[in-house]
Amino acid sequence: MAEPILELRDVRTHFPVSQGFLFKRALGTVKAVDGVTLSLGRGEVLGLVGESGCGKSTLARTIMQLLPTTGGAVILEGKNLTTGSAGDVHHIRRDLQMVFQDPYASLNPRMTVFDTLAEPLRVHRVCPATGVPARVAELMQLVGLAPRFMQKYPHEFSGGQRQRIAIARALALEPKIIIADEPVSALDVSIQAQILNLLAQLVRKMNLSLVFIAHDLAVVKHISDRVAVMYLGKIVELGRAADVIERPRHPYTRALVSAIPTPNPDLERTRQRIVLPGDPPSPMNPPSGCAFHPRCPHAREICKSGVPPLFEFEPYREVACVRVEEIANL
Amino acid sequence: MPLLTVTDLRTYFYTRSGVYRAVDGVSFSVERGETLGLVGESGSGKSVTCYSIMGLVLTPPGRIESGTAIFDGVDLLHCTPAQARTIRGKRIAMIFQDPMTSLNPYMRISEQLIEPLLIHEKISKRDALARALAMLESVGINDAAKRMHLYPHEFSGGMRQRVMIAMALITKPELLIADEPTTALDVTVQAQILELIKKMQRELGMAVIFITHDLGVVSGLCDRVQVMYAGRVVETADVRTLFRAPQHPYTRGLQRSIPALQPKGAELYTINGLPPDVSKPLPGCSFAARCEFAIDRCTAEQPTLATFGPGHAQACLRVQAGEL
Repeated sequence: MAEPILELRDVRTHFPVSQGFLFKRALGTVKAVDGVTLSLGRGEVLGLVGESGCGKSTLARTIMQLLPTTGGAVILEGKNLTTGSAGDVHHIRRDLQMVFQDPYASLNPRMTVFDTLAEPLRVHRVCPATGVPARVAELMQLVGLAPRFMQKYPHEFSGGQRQRIAIARALALEPKIIIADEPVSALDVSIQAQILNLLAQLVRKMNLSLVFIAHDLAVVKHISDRVAVMYLGKIVELGRAADVIERPRHPYTRALVSAIPTPNPDLERTRQRIVLPGDPPSPMNPPSGCAFHPRCPHAREICKSGVPPLFEFEPYREVACVRVEEIANL
Repeated sequence: MPLLTVTDLRTYFYTRSGVYRAVDGVSFSVERGETLGLVGESGSGKSVTCYSIMGLVLTPPGRIESGTAIFDGVDLLHCTPAQARTIRGKRIAMIFQDPMTSLNPYMRISEQLIEPLLIHEKISKRDALARALAMLESVGINDAAKRMHLYPHEFSGGMRQRVMIAMALITKPELLIADEPTTALDVTVQAQILELIKKMQRELGMAVIFITHDLGVVSGLCDRVQVMYAGRVVETADVRTLFRAPQHPYTRGLQRSIPALQPKGAELYTINGLPPDVSKPLPGCSFAARCEFAIDRCTAEQPTLATFGPGHAQACLRVQAGEL
């Protein structure tokens, strides 16, 4: 793999949960992200998948330093961000930018496109004031918007166009890494394809690293080089995108892949489907041992005790399951 | 004879910024026991079509301009309210996308479940509760006897959707309209709910109209699919034909833009532009502005659905003329 630009070492983000207003009682801790170790290469696209509540968005916000870490380290080009001062964090924003799911909520409705795109340029003083309009126009062209719409407000654009504005804003400071949290989930299929093409093209053109968070495995497979599967705050499987999705190893990944309906009627009606019982458990009160064991069709006694570590099961594939070898051919 | 026949349905919304033609001349029919998929992007009119049938269009601003919806000999759009009440909620039931906003948060699950029974059938509360319990068990709620007296917020999203399905099916309807029932759920839970809908359909022999934008869900569940665009039907076919040999340029484009059907990393086909503003008059084909094959005739003349093969119809002038 290429030289890593970003490294996560045993990152943990826990939230205390309490009840009551004046006399607060501690109820427990939600371990939203619980020991994630990952690296991201230069120019690499890393897909992060999992169901709601698995901690993928919390992990994104932790990397962005929008949430304080409970433990572990987030290292960007050799610099540990979790121990940095507020000033350091301000500087790393130039290198680390984020695109959110809902372009209706993530753009300020009272700011024109020009204001939105000019703000980061001014805050970080990356170009002289006279150069701002030209740079804004350049950014708009980069994401496929006509610069003549510069003075329009977000409500005058469609969802797909708004997502383009959000991407342009993220690109304004020429970051090294973009974290995109479900950037196409709120869009219609025909618009989704436009945004996916744009992201893939930008990654190539600007040698960006991209963390692409989604719950749609087909989309993740399409755009990512590697993919990490999360369940209840932990990574359960990590490997090359096409491999993981075509030959999943962890029982959870297998179920996840099999649960996704494929747009092919013949295949869809004949293939074996693993339907998992129950809902994902609450991260406040996770099951003992492997968090997946209550829903796992292959669970044994051994799975109830001891958290399985992520280990290299085969080249380019890490899996967190103690029975992965035994069940490989089931 | 089909169970439900909708002919030339037009539902418009009169707002300050103009008249929105949400549904503009939609015709289709559903046979007994059949599953019809209604597919389209947001704003294509798939939900409004079903809301019109169920009498759920808010009037004003909405108004059903024209059309008939004949269910077992009764026109739902022109019958008396009393007649409609004997059908809607009993013989036709509907489930919605978000089970949290469609369940009453102040009522226990048990009370909500028996409500349709008490309204539509002469039944004692005790018998109704027994039916509710049996229904909850058949939709896969464990420990139903205890949990049926809980409130909706005490259930998870998937469990709430199961409750919604139990509530819709408790009167043994002949037609179930499901409006994106799994869109708000996680994939593993979605798989459970889709299995459940299939199982209940087999048991009750009911027809299902399944509204979705997910072509994957359609391919596993539906017998027939109807593709909608800007308030009109552009193509309808049995599910295999639609995926194997789509005819309308919109359906073809949609299929080519799905990552799941394309080789990894390949540039995805994109349909340029945006759906049209349905508050402006559209003399021609609603897709013409985005269609790579559009010619002058497409913007001037409105295409009608023409049969292409058995059970396969599409509304494209150029395909009909044999030019594509």
